[in-house]
Amino acid sequence: MLETTWFVLAALPLIAYAVLDGFDLGVGILHLRVAKTDDERRQVLRSIGPVWDGNEVWIVVGGATLFLAFPRLFGVAFSGFYLPLMMVLWLLVFRALGIEMRHLMPHRLFDRLWDTSFAVASALLAFGLGAALGNVVRGVSLDEEGIFFAPLWSDVFWPAPGAEGQTGVLDVFTVLCGLTTVAVLALHGALWLASRLEGVVAGRAANDAKRLYVAALVLTVALTGATAWVQPNLTHNLGARPVGIVFPALGAVSLAVLGHAIRTQRWARAFRASAAWIAFLIGSAAYAIFPYVLLARIPERSLHLSDAANLTHALTVALYWWIPGVLLGASYFVYAYRQLPARVPLHEDAGDDGDGADTSEE
Amino acid sequence: MDALTAHRFQFAFTITYHYLFPQLTMGLALLIAVLKYMGLRGNVRANEAARFWIKVFALAFVMGVVTGIPLEFQFGTNWARFSEASGGVISQTLAMEGVFAFVLESAFLGLLVYGEKRLSARAHFAAAVAVCVGTWMSGWFIIVTNAFMQHPVGHEVLDDGTIALVSLSAYLTNPWAFVQYAHTMVGSVVTASFVMTGIGAYYTLLDEHREHAALFLKVGIVAGVLSSIAIALPTGDLQSKMVAEHQPITFAAMEGHFETEEGAGLVIVGQPNMETMTIDNPIVAPRMLSIMTHQRWASRIEGLNEYPRAEWPDNVPLLYYAYHVMVGLGTMFMALMVLAAFFLKRGTLRKKRLLLWALLIATPFPFIANTAGWMTSELGRQPWLIHGVMRTADGTSLQVSGGNTLFTLLGFMGLYALLSLVYILALVKIVQKGPATGSASESH
Repeated sequence: MLETTWFVLAALPLIAYAVLDGFDLGVGILHLRVAKTDDERRQVLRSIGPVWDGNEVWIVVGGATLFLAFPRLFGVAFSGFYLPLMMVLWLLVFRALGIEMRHLMPHRLFDRLWDTSFAVASALLAFGLGAALGNVVRGVSLDEEGIFFAPLWSDVFWPAPGAEGQTGVLDVFTVLCGLTTVAVLALHGALWLASRLEGVVAGRAANDAKRLYVAALVLTVALTGATAWVQPNLTHNLGARPVGIVFPALGAVSLAVLGHAIRTQRWARAFRASAAWIAFLIGSAAYAIFPYVLLARIPERSLHLSDAANLTHALTVALYWWIPGVLLGASYFVYAYRQLPARVPLHEDAGDDGDGADTSEE
Repeated sequence: MDALTAHRFQFAFTITYHYLFPQLTMGLALLIAVLKYMGLRGNVRANEAARFWIKVFALAFVMGVVTGIPLEFQFGTNWARFSEASGGVISQTLAMEGVFAFVLESAFLGLLVYGEKRLSARAHFAAAVAVCVGTWMSGWFIIVTNAFMQHPVGHEVLDDGTIALVSLSAYLTNPWAFVQYAHTMVGSVVTASFVMTGIGAYYTLLDEHREHAALFLKVGIVAGVLSSIAIALPTGDLQSKMVAEHQPITFAAMEGHFETEEGAGLVIVGQPNMETMTIDNPIVAPRMLSIMTHQRWASRIEGLNEYPRAEWPDNVPLLYYAYHVMVGLGTMFMALMVLAAFFLKRGTLRKKRLLLWALLIATPFPFIANTAGWMTSELGRQPWLIHGVMRTADGTSLQVSGGNTLFTLLGFMGLYALLSLVYILALVKIVQKGPATGSASESH
């Protein structure tokens, strides 16, 4: 029970990361497309400037919480995914440079370099994080000692259940996961821009949101089918723990609300629906692997959450500080987000004098 | 390069580079809170000065974040066996750092950097305090984690080698951590005050931003003289007594003390010779080591000869040099800051161009001293990863080869070289622009 509680708790900061950093990753993916002029690009960056760094912190909280709850998983998975994780770290650096350097060192020529760095690193990160989740859902080639070392790809490109050979980080399934994540987060970012910016950029983002919605919908349906095929544990869970069907079901509801909000151009509501959708997508993925934390291609070797979990005393005392701590942290974020302008104007000084302009847009 | 060396080198490189930034931001966060407080009390220049330093802070903070994430990841990627064995204990503070400190500082950093126009003066001051508290809490959790590796408490080693947490409160109140925290945080204030003083000296020598520069010098030198004294007495003194008590082998190695002696001398200069087990070309202060360690002029100090060589830190000369560089620089900082404080008090500092030059040139040296201090701490802990409990060689990830790690190490080196270039260019730009007068018209 304690271990299951921590399975749920450990998922929360990862969901917070996907929802929060998700929109600024999505903004990055669309950056070059929706913002053409220098002013527009500054406007886009100003809309995420005060928050992106805080959003990114949730991946640190998520990583540390995984370490706390499941030290064995932390050791096995992080060392097993050594090369892709290092690439993620490097991409995070390039992305930060792309965002921050523009106002630290404005330059007519290099601004293009930073914009591209921001966009490419955001897209690759979204892809990489999606592929990583795909690897966890598909399972990895754990050996007799329960460890693995994933190559970037291998000859097993078609990861049918029971396929022989060492799995790689990239195969048909995980690439599909990566592409779906890019589409989902780009949509999430488009909705942020549509609901939080003034002027033409918001309009372009709104147009993109409509198309991205279709793409994300199609990819998600394909991915759901593929997951059921590649990971038998999902179908097993549907029989053994039918209650978990609420995750995909609520995901579908969010998706419907999202589609309606986009059609009726209620962007703030669409953004919230998109956030819920992302949360339920991750919830569904967690449901697909439960009660394991790392599935093996040879099912008996899968790492069960009770084998990966920390000792009882450590998990018990941690409950007493972790839960209040996260609630407290969430309250800082609510406060910080409330201080943001309702809509970011094209030019920096416009609207800043007009205190009390914080009227809700809905 | 064998796997163990590659893993150690990569962690050492990435953490050394990383800590160039937090040592500035932790100290600077305090000085910014002081400036914002002066601003709140009606000092307009202090508020403008704070605006300038917030830019310097934000730049270093971003560098600290992007170079800090790899460290947490490396516990899992490169040190899997260490993480799995000790996860019951050290994961508590690493997760606390994320939950309590990072969330606090990052939520309020946005308000500190972007929020001056939108927030009241009080709320903006509160944001500065929140960021300061966040960075200093972060320091505490990391020091507790490191203190456990130096002097493990509150744990129990199970039969399978797992290190179980027995008492969270004992772990969080490790006596080693209090001393190490004090010493480390004071070191961070030394860095920040030298940077503030250095930039104040730069503007003064150029005769630019006269009023702001005077304020930088004033705040920087007051903080600098206090912290440069406190880094030695009491914090440095307590730290070295603690090492002498709990890690006598480390203490002997860092002091270059090969033979057990009663009334041991303090080696001030000299090169350790690992073949003859003596110090070449020594300058020794007779009996000083005994006096400083035990306050008795004839007390017995154990030398390295008391212990088998397998228990020694694996790089005695590097440990010895790191420690002596730290102590030597610390002594110079104190002398320089006391001198500067003297002329500041007399009001003639502006005219002492040579002293201003010295303060300008001294700016990078606290970074070296802090780095040397951490090298002393971490090299001194060898061959242990957790002192007396787990050896460094037993902590690595088995499946990550030396070649893979060397590849990523080179990757980090290249990437960090690029980061350094960009950081320096951006910092120079901020300094060239300088502090602006006026209300919050200037923000980015």
